[in-house]
Amino acid sequence: MIQVSSDKILKYLLFVASLLILLISGAMVLSLVQGSMLSFHQFGWKFLVSDKWDPTSGSEEYGALLFIAGTLFTSVLALLIAIPMAFSTSLFVAEYFRNTRLASVVSTLVDLLAGIPSIIYGLWGFYVLRPFIVDIGLSAQGYGIFTSGLILAIMIIPYATSLTNTTIMMVPNELKEAAYSLGATRLEVIWNVIIPNARSGITASYILAFGRALGETLAVTMLIGNSNKMPTGLFSTGNSMASVIANQFGEASGLQLSSLIEIGLLLFVITTIINAIGKYIIKKFA
Amino acid sequence: MTQANVLLENKKTNFIPDSFNGRKLKNGLFLSIVILFSLITISLVFLIIGTMIFKGYHQINWAFFTQTPPNTFEAMMAKSSETLIPGGIINGITGSLYMVALASILAIPFGVLIGIYLYENSKQRYAGMIRDITDVLQGVPSIVIGLIIYLWVVVHITKGYSAFAGSVALSIMMLPLIIRSTEESLKMIPDSLKEAAIALGTPYYKVVWRVLIPTSFTGLMTGILLAISRILGETAPLMLTALGNPAINWNIVKPSSAVPLLIWQFYNDPNMVDLIWSSTLFLMAFVLILNLLAKWIAAKRKF
Amino acid sequence: MVIPSITSEINNMTVSPKLTETKDMTQPSIISIEGLSIAYDKDKLAVKDVTATIKKNAITAIMGPSGCGKTTLLRAINRMHELYPNISTNGEIKLFDESIYDMSTIQLRRKIGMVFQRPNPFPTLSIYDNVIAGYKLNGINLKRPERDEIVETSLKDVTLWDEVKNSLHKKGNFLSGGQQQRLCIARALAFKPDVILLDEPTSALDPIATAKIEDLLIDLKENYTIVLVTHNMSQAARISDNSMYMYLGELIEYDTTTNIFTNPKNISTQNYITGRFG
Repeated sequence: MIQVSSDKILKYLLFVASLLILLISGAMVLSLVQGSMLSFHQFGWKFLVSDKWDPTSGSEEYGALLFIAGTLFTSVLALLIAIPMAFSTSLFVAEYFRNTRLASVVSTLVDLLAGIPSIIYGLWGFYVLRPFIVDIGLSAQGYGIFTSGLILAIMIIPYATSLTNTTIMMVPNELKEAAYSLGATRLEVIWNVIIPNARSGITASYILAFGRALGETLAVTMLIGNSNKMPTGLFSTGNSMASVIANQFGEASGLQLSSLIEIGLLLFVITTIINAIGKYIIKKFA
Repeated sequence: MTQANVLLENKKTNFIPDSFNGRKLKNGLFLSIVILFSLITISLVFLIIGTMIFKGYHQINWAFFTQTPPNTFEAMMAKSSETLIPGGIINGITGSLYMVALASILAIPFGVLIGIYLYENSKQRYAGMIRDITDVLQGVPSIVIGLIIYLWVVVHITKGYSAFAGSVALSIMMLPLIIRSTEESLKMIPDSLKEAAIALGTPYYKVVWRVLIPTSFTGLMTGILLAISRILGETAPLMLTALGNPAINWNIVKPSSAVPLLIWQFYNDPNMVDLIWSSTLFLMAFVLILNLLAKWIAAKRKF
Repeated sequence: MVIPSITSEINNMTVSPKLTETKDMTQPSIISIEGLSIAYDKDKLAVKDVTATIKKNAITAIMGPSGCGKTTLLRAINRMHELYPNISTNGEIKLFDESIYDMSTIQLRRKIGMVFQRPNPFPTLSIYDNVIAGYKLNGINLKRPERDEIVETSLKDVTLWDEVKNSLHKKGNFLSGGQQQRLCIARALAFKPDVILLDEPTSALDPIATAKIEDLLIDLKENYTIVLVTHNMSQAARISDNSMYMYLGELIEYDTTTNIFTNPKNISTQNYITGRFG
């Protein structure tokens, strides 16, 4: 009967291990909420809509709006730039050159992009992309929403392609043949058969890629300019939620620390919602 | 056959104006755009890696792997005399290896157990919830993980920045990756194999240890290697937990350096800039080798 | 095994009027295939030097054991086989004396429609839109009444109109397999093609749905030329006017269906017909 009890022990062990996930995630939310309490008591919901960020002691006042704006602007821009690139690459790998050597080389290279650490993107953006943007005269310093968005776009391309590739490949061949037999060109097959039938997977993968862009820290920190003001245009500098945490966390204490934690909580909530939407679409329509 | 006659009538009168050439042109144009954009995407890979190699290789020497970084003054002197910056990133290398090893020790056993749990109870609501939460955890931005571990470990456990805090942050980033890869590789084992073992009267725990884990071992290894390669380059969470250390540190409750932390430090010090590229080259090579190793194992695996 | 030359087969067919008071011999031909060879790899011929003419307003069945090249031959007629990678084609196919290689695939496929093994209506489109999918795919904008008329006549032609007229704007996934296949035939008919190619159109259907499609095909040949690949010999016997028998890529025998089934010239055909192999 030793065996039976070993079985029970294992089943018990597995269950207890699963509780760890609940524990970690529960405690995470709790800590973030607890840490933001000071700031929340001070500023309440105004924190979300205030664009003031003033750490001068005595007249401290904090609001998250300009960081929320910076994060959203850079991420939306990143997605807009990434979509044509990623979608072309997906069509290249999963449709036009499907199952060829060329396609596997391209998809391996794109996977490599996912393996490059965020700080390397930041450095490359800082030392290569930023001077280039200055050289072509787009902006004087090269910092700002546009440069960060561009580097974020490169970073999220692999996330945007992988799921898209799979869903494009899953579109039944019979449907494509039906369209060809009606005289459609390849472009028309892509537009009228592949995209409508792979729509949910494509949407989900771009949403998940957007979620990644929202949470990126260092690459954005190194390029956005870190100026605590509302971004006014493509080449305006700004700051993002993740960047302000990375930049100011070291020196912060008291109300400022609590405000940074509240920004962390907001970032957590936003990315979780975006990811949940993406996963929901995959589950619902896959 | 009146309907058919109607159709025949229609057929005679049915003239369809259409521009074949226009459509073919569009078709060809679109393909060119697809190829162009794909080329741009892959050329970015070469551009980024090429920059690292081109700018970083000449600082890669023996000292780079054996010495700690110079101070600002030493670096400035070397720059003004146009010699190589002395010193290396040994404290970062040891710190990275130390913290990643510790993180693996924390994350792998739990990750594998939870993965097995999800596989065994895949249909249950509770398991589904655990799976969803694991996905949420995987999507949490790394800076937020750093923030939380700061609140938990730096503030309450080690009472200061520490290698341990860094390890915990990294392990939390690893955990969801390991869980999902364990579950996925277990799912690839044919049911018949498991059923054969059960049919022989093998107790459940032995099925797990003797059949499930060995058969999916290569899958587990791939997942672990990919997870390690993901966290090796993580910088933001370490800034909030391990902080950095100018010397080699093996003390778990003391601040520790890591290769990405050193890169960040070099970036912020204009005199050290030359060390940046060699460090990124080293980090990238390390990450790449792990990635390729994982792919190689995955390609060889049966289940 | 003696394989008579293909030309003699054709001669046989045209000069043996014994059983053929049937109109198929008097009908003009619409498609002529001349020395057609198709290879997937360099050395592997899927279709070997096939020469044949297909009669207008008749049902021509292509039979043979699996792997004999019948589907490839069928797909070659509207150049659908070119979708496979590394394919090479030799020989000539003419539609109304015009080489199909001189036409664009767009034009060709509009003149020669196709129906596939498994019903494949577009799941993202409504029944109505499925019928006019060809127009939509080709970017042809029709006026509302024109569209309505095409949808109605096409669906009436496949006897599906009464079954779906109240749910035209629903997606077609609630239809049965047989209804879906008739919808696919309607989709091919909507373009008013000259020829319809069918690749084992009933292999995924039950006997009742199969019978409906067979009746439909017999009706349709009034206005269309039908080429049908089937591995179901009784189906070929029931509905086709002429039959081809293919084996290992070669066209072994081509004659009126009556002749093929009652008086096959070739021993291989005979074996196949009598079920001794295949």
